[in-house]
Amino acid sequence: MSMINYASREINCKLVYYGPGLGGKTTNLEFVYNKVAPGSRGKMISLATETERTLFFDFLPVDLGTIRGFKVKFHLYTVPGQVYYNASRKLILKGVDGVVFVADSQLERMEANIEAMQNLYDNMTQHGYDLMRIPFAIQYNKRDLPNAAPIAELQAALNPGWSVEDPARQRLTPDPDHPGEYLVWQQDGAWYERAPHFEAVAATGEGVFDTLKAISKAVVKTLG
Amino acid sequence: MSGASSWSFREEDSRRIDEILTSFLHESSARTALIVDRTGQLVATVGQAVAFDPTAFASLTAADFSANDQLARMLGEPEFGALFHQGERESMYLADIARRVILVVLFDNETTLGLVKLRVRAAVVELNKVFTDMFTRADAGADAPQVESGFLGEAEDEIDKLFGS
Repeated sequence: MSMINYASREINCKLVYYGPGLGGKTTNLEFVYNKVAPGSRGKMISLATETERTLFFDFLPVDLGTIRGFKVKFHLYTVPGQVYYNASRKLILKGVDGVVFVADSQLERMEANIEAMQNLYDNMTQHGYDLMRIPFAIQYNKRDLPNAAPIAELQAALNPGWSVEDPARQRLTPDPDHPGEYLVWQQDGAWYERAPHFEAVAATGEGVFDTLKAISKAVVKTLG
Repeated sequence: MSGASSWSFREEDSRRIDEILTSFLHESSARTALIVDRTGQLVATVGQAVAFDPTAFASLTAADFSANDQLARMLGEPEFGALFHQGERESMYLADIARRVILVVLFDNETTLGLVKLRVRAAVVELNKVFTDMFTRADAGADAPQVESGFLGEAEDEIDKLFGS
């Protein structure tokens, strides 16, 4: 969870955008950078190769302002998506408060999505974090492309739901963003939970702020 | 542990760190000392004000230190306890504190690497103690971070305003 600095009265939260290469993680951050008022965000840092592929990470600090005497900041990070950059990808997850998985909706990227999701799970576990217990959201990007897979298919592959053992969480919970769907539900006597999901076209900004709002609110809730 | 570790930083911790670093800067003639946690967040700055963006600096420092940590392991070393980056005029020296935070010392030609290294040892020992106590307290749950009631609602309103409702 986040660091609360009582001396400087600051709360810093770390959000990490994860996902397969060329899925749109950096594009999400660039859109946020361009749309948020300059006074509310810092400099965007990109450690990228000459061909603009993320080599280590992108970083964008966003300032939420002062709330009840505390300056609240979100530090947005992306990881390099390419498979062989796993060592640096894992480093960025250290101290993470919330994760956004940016999936590439294109049918031919399904395998890459699944591999990246498994890699996220493995790296979180190696840090001792439980992906199912920290704020987590999935963004299905590139919804505008003709070869985009149906949402139901992506959900079944990447976000099928995990079983909920804690009785306190076994409560039917509607998905506020998708009427008629549930984030926690019961099936054949067992309870399941899935991460909230969002459709996006990061290149035009569609869905970028919906995702960011959801994950930042979920992170703030962990402070209360 | 379900998520990342949490810890809080009290005013008395800040005062103690300030004392240690002020004394170190005086003895070593270095310009500025920063404490950055390994997740990339700036914890404290003592000495001359810096001209760069400290938030970005902190995230890069943590990444630099973490990458070097992995390189150390590949070489069969448990860690590199310290790193040194030399410039023509400005240099920086980084040292691990309690495996959780990094001390960054910025210095120029007014002093030497030898003097900085000599004086930093005592500061590292003292800072290790301060941070170890702080993390022991946090791990024991003695001061779980808490915010006032009403914080959550206001934070959500600010998120809606900043990111569009």
